[in-house]
Amino acid sequence: MRVRLLLALLSLVSTLIAAPLRAQGYAGLGSTAAQGFATPERGVPLVFPRDHGPHPDYRIEWWYLTANLTGPDGTPYGIQWTLFRSALAPGEARGWQSPQIWMGHAAATSATDHHFAERLARGGIGTAGVKTAPFEAWIDDWRMAGDDGLSNLTLTARGAEFAYDLRLSALGPIVLQGDRGYSVKSADGQASYYYSQPHYRIEGTLTLPSGPVTVTGQGWLDREWSSQPLAADQSGWDWFSLSFDDGARLMGFRLRGTRGDFTSGTWIAADGTATPLSPGALRAEPLEWRTASGHRVPVRWRLTLADHDLDVTIAALNPSAWMGTRFSYWEGPVTVSGNRNGRGYLEMTGYD
Amino acid sequence: MRRAALQALWSHWRRHPLQLATLLAGLALATALWSAVQAINAEARASYARATAQLGVAALDRLEAPGGPVPLARYVALRRAGWQLSPILEGRATLGDQRLRIVGLDPLSHPPMPAVQTLASDPEALPQMIAQGGLMLAPPDLAAALRDTPGLPMVRASAEVPPGMVLTDIGVAERLLHREGQIDRLLILPDQPMGLQPLDRLAPDLHRLPGREGADTARLTDSFHLNLTAFGLLSFAVGLFIVHGTVGLAFEQRRAMIRTLRALGLPMRSLTALMLAELVALALIGGGIGLVLGYLVAAALLPDVAATLRGLYGAPVAGGLSLRPVWVLGGLGMAIAGTLATGAGSLWRGAHMPILAAPGLQAWAERAHRAARLQALAGVGLIAAGLLALWLIPGLIGGFALLAGLMLGAALLLPPVLGLILTLGRRLVGGVVGEWLWADMRAQLPGISLALMALLLALATNIGVGTMVKSFRLTFVGWLDQRLVADLYVTARDDAQGAEIARWLAPRVAAVLPLREAEFQIAGAPAEVYGVVDDVSYRDHWPLIRHSAAGWDRVLTGQAAFVNEQLARRAGLWPGAEVRIAPGWALPVAGVYSDYGNPSGQVIVSIPALLAHARAVPNRRFGIRAGALPVADLMRDLQTQFDLPAAALIDNAGLKARSLAVFDKTFVVTGALNLLTLGVAGFAILTSLLTLWSLRLPQIAPVWALGLTRADLARLEIGRSLALALLTALLALPLGLALAWVLLKVINVQAFGWELPMSLFPLDWLRLLALALLAAGLAAALPARRLYRLPPSDLLKVFANAR
Repeated sequence: MRVRLLLALLSLVSTLIAAPLRAQGYAGLGSTAAQGFATPERGVPLVFPRDHGPHPDYRIEWWYLTANLTGPDGTPYGIQWTLFRSALAPGEARGWQSPQIWMGHAAATSATDHHFAERLARGGIGTAGVKTAPFEAWIDDWRMAGDDGLSNLTLTARGAEFAYDLRLSALGPIVLQGDRGYSVKSADGQASYYYSQPHYRIEGTLTLPSGPVTVTGQGWLDREWSSQPLAADQSGWDWFSLSFDDGARLMGFRLRGTRGDFTSGTWIAADGTATPLSPGALRAEPLEWRTASGHRVPVRWRLTLADHDLDVTIAALNPSAWMGTRFSYWEGPVTVSGNRNGRGYLEMTGYD
Repeated sequence: MRRAALQALWSHWRRHPLQLATLLAGLALATALWSAVQAINAEARASYARATAQLGVAALDRLEAPGGPVPLARYVALRRAGWQLSPILEGRATLGDQRLRIVGLDPLSHPPMPAVQTLASDPEALPQMIAQGGLMLAPPDLAAALRDTPGLPMVRASAEVPPGMVLTDIGVAERLLHREGQIDRLLILPDQPMGLQPLDRLAPDLHRLPGREGADTARLTDSFHLNLTAFGLLSFAVGLFIVHGTVGLAFEQRRAMIRTLRALGLPMRSLTALMLAELVALALIGGGIGLVLGYLVAAALLPDVAATLRGLYGAPVAGGLSLRPVWVLGGLGMAIAGTLATGAGSLWRGAHMPILAAPGLQAWAERAHRAARLQALAGVGLIAAGLLALWLIPGLIGGFALLAGLMLGAALLLPPVLGLILTLGRRLVGGVVGEWLWADMRAQLPGISLALMALLLALATNIGVGTMVKSFRLTFVGWLDQRLVADLYVTARDDAQGAEIARWLAPRVAAVLPLREAEFQIAGAPAEVYGVVDDVSYRDHWPLIRHSAAGWDRVLTGQAAFVNEQLARRAGLWPGAEVRIAPGWALPVAGVYSDYGNPSGQVIVSIPALLAHARAVPNRRFGIRAGALPVADLMRDLQTQFDLPAAALIDNAGLKARSLAVFDKTFVVTGALNLLTLGVAGFAILTSLLTLWSLRLPQIAPVWALGLTRADLARLEIGRSLALALLTALLALPLGLALAWVLLKVINVQAFGWELPMSLFPLDWLRLLALALLAAGLAAALPARRLYRLPPSDLLKVFANAR
């Protein structure tokens, strides 16, 4: 679950013109009522391929893909491809009159380098959008496109110093997070619709300043939409998507609030069976802090989950993977070691 | 000792309060005019910078479709090819009763911009701007006016938005301008991804225009600011003449004191340091007063300057003046530098004076005589250099170089020429007194020549600028009569009402002339293209300055176009050439008309031709020839029938009055500076004469001893001053006319894009001559009065003291 997006997209409203206003009160945004927007309700079944497409009546939505890749010489890489939708008002309109705003973030990370790029676009005119039949999500020349079931996708993005062109094929089923896709985000009941496709096998080309590299690896797609902001006291979050060598996967997050942390997540067995974690079952403890682009962030974590006999250390591949976008945050590939080994992605926001 | 020396120095000023006042006044005047001009220039430049920063884009390359808008789909296609571009839609519209410039942009993709940045602190603002009905940012005065207009998006005041402009989302702008789906230009953003296809392959039909180094307005208005700066420098120089005179006088008069102080044991070095400190202190006081005066002058003139810049160049300048530290420091610095520069000679002479030497006037005059030949040569050289500059350097700079060479050269030539005249004059007169008079004038010349040079420059500037302004006004009035062919001009709320008004009017009046207009890019700059209908008033009165056979017939049948003089000069579009208005729409130029006061290019075509090539041309403005109907009745009927605001109707006389008011306002500044310069020059003569006064006693005393009464001497004193002023004024006349010619035929063409016929105004010359004589007479009155009242014993003392 990418809670940051709630904030990213809501604060986009006030930050997209100015320099990053990271310090702007999150709590203020959190208390804004979602006027006129639809709100997620428990028990509403998700319908595909319809729900792969946009939901303009909801305030925020994203198509979020992260991947752990490996070069022919074994060098590890990570890439991110994200399309955010933020509605200034519910609904859609033609041309410039559309209230929808789109934001793209892309990044390519190695142990030594971190490149990122950002795109902003208005809805309604065609520079960005998502459609189904066949599926296509795009902003400018960045594109994620494929079949209706999202089982085979092509993925492209490029910035001033990097580019990638990847082919994705899903080796497992789509996973509904939370209660059949209804994911609770706070003790007060804020929630979103949330599903994932964590089973992609990837191959393609990653272009870095040093030249093109053939890469293979695995990817994880998150789809989420909501209108409900965070609880008023929540100031930041840490989010993990981990793939273990035995085929099991974990999505877990910790929301940091003045009233205490809220943790939740989903355990995904090797066959794709998803089990929601009970609130508080996941424990995440920072072990080592580093400064990335002027922000102190934890880059090594201890993660324990008693229900599934998990006790692992998470370490950032590149501690400097700071996304210096208008809404800035840390996002990068991680390695997992301990009583299970594996790879994954870590995202951390709210670290000033 | 130092304390005593200071007291002694100060005692001089205590005994000569008038001299102190003169010195401070000279300094204050010089600083005031200079700083006023600087303040005005700085304010105007800040306004341009704001306007440029507002769009934050002057330096970015841009893509434009020649002659037309870029379709929205084109923009989307280029972005989907990876190019990072930001769209701008821009145009003029009338909102309520305000005619203004609307700039529509996409706040998401546009580079950071001050006005919108201020919105960032308000999370409600951006949704309001993009969705929820829109938000317009306008300068405070405009915002207040627009707020009461129904049917407009929400208005918010922002001091960052230039005057006369509304900044809004492109989605709002396309509605207000009735240009849905159109974009005027695409800014090419600085950060582009790797591996893009080149634009000339993706979009060969779009023109990539390089970013501008400076804002267009800055280029356009350079001449105006150069003009002001020249005026400021001139005033400064004239003010320094005064300072030079007074400081020189003070040193002459204090020689005895200096001798005494040195004899008492004060080292020359300490004395020089003290006098230097005294000068700096005086400069600071005078400069301080000057700054206050300058601020007041600038604040008084700025609204008119702003009106000028808006009216002549379309350059937005706010009317308020802000106090800038740089300006204060600069003004004081100029005051100190000027004082030291003018006082340095006196200081140096004082410091190198043999301790017991007595001053000699004759030696000074001798030196001046030797210098005169060099000066004459330098003067001729400067004029020649100016002419050469005009020939070698194209454009405005060459014109101003000619002006500078002409003025400075003429000023340098003045003393030698006056000397020559005086020498010749001496041969013509008979009689001992007459001969002495001429010789004495000749001897005085070096001492007063700086003041006379100031007078020459002031008079010539007055004649030159006055001739230009009056010639311009005369031409302008005649042109207005021709150009304003209709009796009444009416602006409807929208096209529908426009059509209704036209229908209602048709049976009642002699002619209804629709005025329809669209903006195109012609020769790389925005230009207005007007559509007109066939009407006898156009054919009879339109102010064509060049035309070809059957011009109107060809224009009205869509086969040709008329262009305004500005466009013709800029792009070389004279009859015989072809003007490219849009891709696939080029027309031969059938004529060129004068179009004073318009900063941009303009083209006139027939209405069908315009409608065939431009979409969404508003049909809201009409000229009406009333025929037999009284215009006042027609106005009243129209107003009640269509519920039009008063500002939507304007009659010919009203428009003329308004245009002339704008015109006159434009040159208020010039007039004020003119008068001030002349005043300063008169003051300079006074101080020069006062300086000479004490030096002249040894020369007058023998004449008095030979039998001329003091009253005779006083009369002759005034007569001499008048004669010198008269000679200077006569020499200033040709210089002023030359200046006027350069202004009209060189500077105007370069700066505004129009040439004006030169008219002569001899009555003005006579008035100026009278003013010059009055100034010289007044300046001589004080020394003359002193002479008249001088006790004979003082004159006798001259012989007692003679070595």
